[in-house]
Amino acid sequence: MKVTDELIDNLAHLSRLHFSESEKTALKGDFERILNFVEQLSEIDTTGVEPLLHMGDAINVLREDEVKGSVTRQEALLNAPLHDDVFFKVPKVIKNPSA
Amino acid sequence: MFSFSSIEDYVSALQNGETTCEDVVSHYLSVIDSNKHLNAFLEVFADEAAARARQLDQDRNNGKPLGKLHGVVVGLKDVIAYKGHKLSASSKILEGFTSIYNATAVDRLLQEGAIIIGRQNCDEFAMGSSNENSAYGNVLNAADNKRVPGGSSGGSAVAVQAGMCMISLGSDTGGSVRQPADFCGIVGLKPTYGRVSRYGLIAYASSFDQIGIFAKSVADAALTLEVIAGEDDFDSTASKEPVVPYSSLLNSSNYNGAAPKKIGYFKEALEHPGLDPAISQSFNQFLKTLTAQGYIVEPIDFELLEYIVPAYYILTTAEASSNLSRFDGVKYGHRSAVPSEDLADFYKHNRSEGFGKEVKRRIMLGTFVLSAGYFDAYFTKAQQVRNILLKQTSAIFSRFDAIISPTVPTPAFELGSMNNDPIEMFLADIYTVFANLVGIPGISLPLFTHPNGMPFGVQVMTSHFSELALLRISEVFLQISEK
Repeated sequence: MKVTDELIDNLAHLSRLHFSESEKTALKGDFERILNFVEQLSEIDTTGVEPLLHMGDAINVLREDEVKGSVTRQEALLNAPLHDDVFFKVPKVIKNPSA
Repeated sequence: MFSFSSIEDYVSALQNGETTCEDVVSHYLSVIDSNKHLNAFLEVFADEAAARARQLDQDRNNGKPLGKLHGVVVGLKDVIAYKGHKLSASSKILEGFTSIYNATAVDRLLQEGAIIIGRQNCDEFAMGSSNENSAYGNVLNAADNKRVPGGSSGGSAVAVQAGMCMISLGSDTGGSVRQPADFCGIVGLKPTYGRVSRYGLIAYASSFDQIGIFAKSVADAALTLEVIAGEDDFDSTASKEPVVPYSSLLNSSNYNGAAPKKIGYFKEALEHPGLDPAISQSFNQFLKTLTAQGYIVEPIDFELLEYIVPAYYILTTAEASSNLSRFDGVKYGHRSAVPSEDLADFYKHNRSEGFGKEVKRRIMLGTFVLSAGYFDAYFTKAQQVRNILLKQTSAIFSRFDAIISPTVPTPAFELGSMNNDPIEMFLADIYTVFANLVGIPGISLPLFTHPNGMPFGVQVMTSHFSELALLRISEVFLQISEK
């Protein structure tokens, strides 16, 4: 299939990634080759075959509803790039409409 | 001077007072130090390993019962969590990240007395077949420094190959333990999907991933598997299937299971144009040897061989794009210094600066196969093919005890030689991805040497949860090949 700039831009947005123009050009070429390669699958007749959704045959693996394997707040905040004593901090994203 | 042959011999040397854990750790630290150019370790826990060794020596001298892996020196691929230690998946996006818990496999190693000596270089997020995708540089094959060690668990393979530790834990999503084991001339075991808990393993493709073992011998791999396998409250996909005492039953004549005798091989795999002629010749000779030894060796028609790598790439990239969405630079991970306009832009800066090229390419491909308009044609189609493969696998194992093939179609290639073609690199996985697509165990056994001097192996696969049969037949194959 033909890989367009629009397709790459849309996928980049969905993937939450930025690409430079030269990266996009390289990616388009790779995509065309890779999609050409994986499209071989259309040669296989899969009429009436259920998709495989789960590996293994375990169903409803349950355990008692006890609190365990949890982490402390201090541990949870340990690796955050920006935080205070209680919260993860992110840039202000809700804009004041009257400003 | 310490020389490692097997865990069993090492533990008896400890018990006889011929060596100590402290001396042995110091030996491994000096081997690691003299092999820095191989770039196998991202970090060495030198002081901590030495302190633990002294503690283990003291415990042993005080007559405390010994764990199954008492004093065994283990390295961890940098995708396996070890509490209080750095964990990066060889990615800049996790630079500075510290694990706040142990992977279940690590917990179990420690409970049985293992010493963790360091974390090992790998392809970023375990994506790659040559260890050339690490943010922390290439790993070199110890047998020939111009060649790759394989991937994605390249550092873990080289660490065992070059005698920098006794055992490594890696992860295998499409061959990432078996393929580097093949390239480095050691044993690499991928257990059945769900045999070892994935709790604390950084996810690449959750329905494919499995922690695997690098060792110098089948017996050492069997003992390690026995320790780390089994059900786990923290991973509901870890099977409740009981763990067999693999190590004691490995060579036991008391084992009352039937000796595997019927061996199948995929005809198409041997006819594949990408198969190296010398590997083909050695493998065919090995099939003849097995027949001469009384094995029933028969070809299996496997017309889907060409399709397994495409199916694998669709499904694993889809799962990866979903799994890696958690790396957004909020709770952990790299945060960009570039000011953002809005939240989406903020995530994009963090992720684009943090992830490497191959990881981004796979996220994009996975997003594509899952996106509206393409989902059925790609993702659902590949899931249907996966189901066909699973049914064919059951049919194969109703006729055969094991399937064998070369592990990889070529010996270890030169660094930089495959970087221009993603498809060519994918084909290095053609014999190994099958086991991950259908969830069966597989092992690479170091049986041969190529005319170019590089080692290569044979892959053996058995049915789900038949690790004991797999390990037993592996022992026999190694003995046969030595004759």
